[in-house]
Amino acid sequence: MADLIKAKEPFKFYTRLSLSELTGLRAANLGQLLGIIGELPIASIYHHTHRFLQQHQYLSPEPPNDFAYWVSQILGEDELGELLASIDTMQFFDINSLRDKIIQTIEIYLKENPTASLRFAREGDEFHFIKSVSFILPTKYTACDLKEFSEVLRKIAIDSIYFHIFEARLRLEKRTNDFSNWIENSLGNKRLADKITQMDPYTRTLDDLRKTLIQVIDKEISV
Amino acid sequence: MVKIEDYIPIVGESVIDDLKLIAERLKGKAVQHINSTAVGGGVAEILNRMVPLLQELGIDTRWDVIKGGEQFFEVTKKFHNALHGRPAEINKADFDIFLETGARNIAELNTNADIVFVHDPQPITLINKRKENKWLWRCHIDISEPNQKVWTFLREFVIKYDAAVFSAPGFSQKLPIRQALISPSIDPLSDKNKELPQEVIDAVLRKYEIPKDKPIVTQISRFDRLKDPLGVIEAYLQVKKYNDCRLVLAGGGATDDPEGVKVYEEVREKAKTDKDIHILLLSQNDIEINALQRASSVIVQKSLREGFGLTVAEALWKAKPVVATNTGGIPLQIKHKYSGLLCHSAEGAAFAIKQFLNSPEYAKRLGENGRENIRNNFLLTRHLKDYILLFLSLYYSKDVVYL
Repeated sequence: MADLIKAKEPFKFYTRLSLSELTGLRAANLGQLLGIIGELPIASIYHHTHRFLQQHQYLSPEPPNDFAYWVSQILGEDELGELLASIDTMQFFDINSLRDKIIQTIEIYLKENPTASLRFAREGDEFHFIKSVSFILPTKYTACDLKEFSEVLRKIAIDSIYFHIFEARLRLEKRTNDFSNWIENSLGNKRLADKITQMDPYTRTLDDLRKTLIQVIDKEISV
Repeated sequence: MVKIEDYIPIVGESVIDDLKLIAERLKGKAVQHINSTAVGGGVAEILNRMVPLLQELGIDTRWDVIKGGEQFFEVTKKFHNALHGRPAEINKADFDIFLETGARNIAELNTNADIVFVHDPQPITLINKRKENKWLWRCHIDISEPNQKVWTFLREFVIKYDAAVFSAPGFSQKLPIRQALISPSIDPLSDKNKELPQEVIDAVLRKYEIPKDKPIVTQISRFDRLKDPLGVIEAYLQVKKYNDCRLVLAGGGATDDPEGVKVYEEVREKAKTDKDIHILLLSQNDIEINALQRASSVIVQKSLREGFGLTVAEALWKAKPVVATNTGGIPLQIKHKYSGLLCHSAEGAAFAIKQFLNSPEYAKRLGENGRENIRNNFLLTRHLKDYILLFLSLYYSKDVVYL
């Protein structure tokens, strides 16, 4: 095992806790859904495309976003549901671009399938728009090298891993996740940083994500 | 007394660490809960567990109860039914009684805490005493289709608060103030939910003469039409054609409710031809409810309307496969085919029960998924976290807050 490189700057682990706020807006069909998505605050688009990751962290290998779930389960538009669920969120670096993609997907589908606009949700099954308010705060954990980093990853709250991987990249518009950023710029290990950047975290449970990160880093340490 | 550290084996140390971390940020702020009763009912039950834990986390928390006479509580019961969308005769005299009691409480109750947290409609008029402090209104009931006369009256008070809190998205209303979504929770360390030794479970089955020879299908609910016990029997009878099993319908509260007594009699009448149906009228005994849930192969909650339906969370916490109607807060707890099966009819319930009885591995997997969903989203520790974040949110206006 080679000597571990010490970081120029230690990695400070933050955590993120969220509170859900109701917007009072609801949609009963695709037209209404489309109209409201266009005007929603970013915090609401973020909520509906990421909530599932944290609330169903153990059981959903491929978490659908809330729009996809509602369109297929409530309106019965399976094809559109699949299209929305398979939007590659990793291709987007800010929420507004993701919003545009969702709108475009629904618009194209409605153009090709005009009767879909006639489907209404039953009373009580409407789509309710919610937004996430994020509270970000430092934890007591820091790491100066990969070994310490791996040790913290084993014990830190899943919310912290979520924050550094998902929220930092997309909601805070840092373009990459915090872990890759630190590994590349503070440890100078671009190869490992790229490996982590290339993982698609949206197709794993958070628990799997934690395990995979630890595996990849431990492998690097043992080289 | 239960300590916050006692939850570590259940939710993990990091969750408790997070609670301590955010509680620190509230240092120096005093929080005052106000409701209408110190005992009985879901609100008092949750405050009894929560207030000591908030205090242990270092948050200066107190709990006060308003005073009201018999007439006042008759009116608030009418309000409660009307907000649930049930028919109710409400006249000017009722509103006057409500306002008079409210005025007396305004005069008598000290509301000087930094954050005043008012629960349900009974103490809602206290907001007229507001000074520079922050005020929250927590609605614990389903107001998705409220009686407009009552809601319009209450709304005038609601909009004077800094924020309102609802349990499910469908309960929210168009309001000019912030609205938080905070689901209720169950306490995994309470008598109703804690682990039980097999001897205790067996003793309860013996007490109620329920043999363990066949799978047991159970609904725990008071005998109320909205819980549809007759529909559960219908579903059971359809299942019984193919799967030999027992049905347990257990609940309390029938004796002081004339409608409940009638429903109970109808249920007994419908059940009398089948000796495998067990109708149990329970006095409030949390250990017995816990034992019956744990002894069951499938738990049913076939409500026609449901506030939140915490009996579903209780069953899922015991990793039981649950068949429940898609109403109220139930779809928040069950994602169909992930963590239970949702239905809309007796036929649908029967089909889902058969699926579970015939595929024990499938039933086990959904039950386990359900338990993890409850662990992540519906335990008291999550509720504490949401309340602390709610208190903090009163001091920030942005959607991303750096603490």
